[in-house]
Amino acid sequence: MGRKILLDKVHIPGIKTFKVYRDNGGYASVEKALKKMTPAEIIEEVKKSGLRGRGGAGFPTGMKWSFLDTRSNNPRYLVCNADESEPGTFKDRYLIDYIPHLLIEGLIVSSFALGANTTFIYVRGEFKQQIGILNKAIREARDNGFLGSNILGTSFSLDIHVHSGAGAYICGEETALLESLEGKRGNPRLKPPFPAVKGLYDCPTVVNNVETLAAIVPIINFGGDEYAKIGIGRSTGTKLISACGHINKPGVYEIEMGLSVEEFLNSEEYCGGVRNGKKLKAIIPGGSSVPILPAHLVAVTAANTPRLMSYESLSDGGFATGSMLGSGGFIVFDEDACIVRNTWNFTRFYYHESCGQCSPCREGTGWLEKILYRIENGQGRERDIDVLDSVAKKIEGNTICPLGDAAAWPVNSAIRHFRNEFEFHIEHPDLIKNVQHGSIEKYMKVMA
Amino acid sequence: MSHGSIIDHKLYVREGREVRFPDETLKRVNLIIERYPKGKEKSAVLPILHIAQEELGGYLSVDVMDYVASLLNIQPVEVYEVATFYTQYYLEKVGKYVVEVCRTGPCAMCGGEDIADYLEKKLQIKTDETTPDGLFTVRRVDCLGACGYAPVMQINTEFYEFLTKEKIDLIIDDLRAKANEDKPKEAKWVEKFF
Ligand SMILES: Cc1cc2nc3c(=O)[nH]c(=O)nc-3n(C[C@H](O)[C@H](O)[C@H](O)COP(=O)(O)O)c2cc1C
Ligand code: SF4
Ligand code: FES
Repeated sequence: MGRKILLDKVHIPGIKTFKVYRDNGGYASVEKALKKMTPAEIIEEVKKSGLRGRGGAGFPTGMKWSFLDTRSNNPRYLVCNADESEPGTFKDRYLIDYIPHLLIEGLIVSSFALGANTTFIYVRGEFKQQIGILNKAIREARDNGFLGSNILGTSFSLDIHVHSGAGAYICGEETALLESLEGKRGNPRLKPPFPAVKGLYDCPTVVNNVETLAAIVPIINFGGDEYAKIGIGRSTGTKLISACGHINKPGVYEIEMGLSVEEFLNSEEYCGGVRNGKKLKAIIPGGSSVPILPAHLVAVTAANTPRLMSYESLSDGGFATGSMLGSGGFIVFDEDACIVRNTWNFTRFYYHESCGQCSPCREGTGWLEKILYRIENGQGRERDIDVLDSVAKKIEGNTICPLGDAAAWPVNSAIRHFRNEFEFHIEHPDLIKNVQHGSIEKYMKVMA
Repeated sequence: MSHGSIIDHKLYVREGREVRFPDETLKRVNLIIERYPKGKEKSAVLPILHIAQEELGGYLSVDVMDYVASLLNIQPVEVYEVATFYTQYYLEKVGKYVVEVCRTGPCAMCGGEDIADYLEKKLQIKTDETTPDGLFTVRRVDCLGACGYAPVMQINTEFYEFLTKEKIDLIIDDLRAKANEDKPKEAKWVEKFF
């Protein structure tokens, strides 16, 4: 049993309400931070904790906070990223559904540390229910003196507002999110300047993920050093993993970093193994954007050490034999899954979601989609695989925002590890044409 | 937000009808505008377009978008460019219930594509079409952030999980039966979701 510090209270009936949450020790970190600590001390604790951003990039949170331009006379903003649109990821929604006050509590402490008096939660537009839950939690916190002017009798005042998006994956990228929050199309900005200097309304801004901000609560309650003892190496603390695909128990699990991937996948406490007694074919450990790992690289790394749920271990071997922890969207494929179809599906997604500002991304994702579509539909050509690989490599690193990379990596890695499936599609067009929705049990038998 | 959508969509549907929020909604809309700093009212365009779509006819006609622009003191084109970028804004008339089935990887590999096909068959329409009685529109959308409960779909503000053909039958038949009782959206809806 790993230690739980974010979801430890979700089983308590009524924990969604302010009263029950407060009766169970909720909002203690706000009292401690506002009454006994200075903003600098809070940032120091966050640095000591080793917390890294949970939105996907894993950037150290304490360091990000210390970049905030404090010399400017403009107001400062904290923006919570609840856009959660990375395929395979549904942990932030879970946190908001089951323990919304944890996020509000983390937001109050973080806003105090950053000197922000107005804070926005950017929620994807599809999450209407969650917008409702958050608005209610905010109202309760305000009615009980934890939001508004002079919180707990201190000189600190804070308003938190929920802002709804309207269906655009790219608005999860932090500068696109800020554009969207300003009422514009979600076109990512060229960096620098970074949001820490010029963010929302050109003011110094920090953007953090929901889970990152929730983790501030235990960090303040136990202290940064205590938090850093949880986990492994530079992957400190716990991580919410949203598990989906062909497993017996899909859902959101809080794990202590360093848990073995094998245990996470197979134990009854977590995923409960591949469903229907099937064999494992592959996993994508960190949301659709990260490289796919074939079965033989799931339990162990290429260096034959156990593969662990941590930033370092999942990326062990680089892109040749590793992947990334990313957002913690853990997608499992059984032996019958069609890797070509899934790669086409993800590419279609990135093509649709590209904002269109950079040619390599706008055009490249379109080419990838078209070529993969024809391979998947029995019209592939022999040279297509190399063209795919080359287009993907030309997108990577040549765009304004990382969506280009996110679109390229799944293609490169699928070809690297499952080239034979692409070849099989191209060599057996008649067989492929008769396959519905990539259900490939039939053709796998021919392949074997 | 796919490219060229301005041309594909029948964007310029100008009906010449008088559009205006009821006073109760207008009050709540003004509270939303006040969340943003003075001079930054434009920030409110996304939430307000959601409300306009819901309460002023189910989709964003040019008249509705122009009205939103006037509320926020911005140019109409600033509203059009937003409305054409985000997938949740409908630029054409849609059914009373917009059935949005997730088509992305994790849902697709767990039967999502069969579910979408079945819906088309059951409602006898293709994706992006509306049933002749004006009740249902089917759309295929991307990851709804609920992949562990695949296959999933969203109908207006409700989510439906672990879908099967039997469940689809129940859900659709149920909506059809109560379509007449379902009242139009009121300002309270704004309070609940925004
Ligand atoms: C295309 C794209 C989509 C993203 N989507 C999300 C998202 O849905 N949620 C999120 O928290 N971060 C997302 N990110 C990462 C954000 O840009 C940003 O790094 C993050 O919100 C920072 O918070 P953190 O440091 O707490 O992780 C996305 C990045 C890219 C490039
Ligand atoms: S990489 Fe793609 S999504 Fe990102 S700014 Fe360029 S075109 Fe837009
Ligand atoms: S893939 Fe369908 S909800 Fe995520």
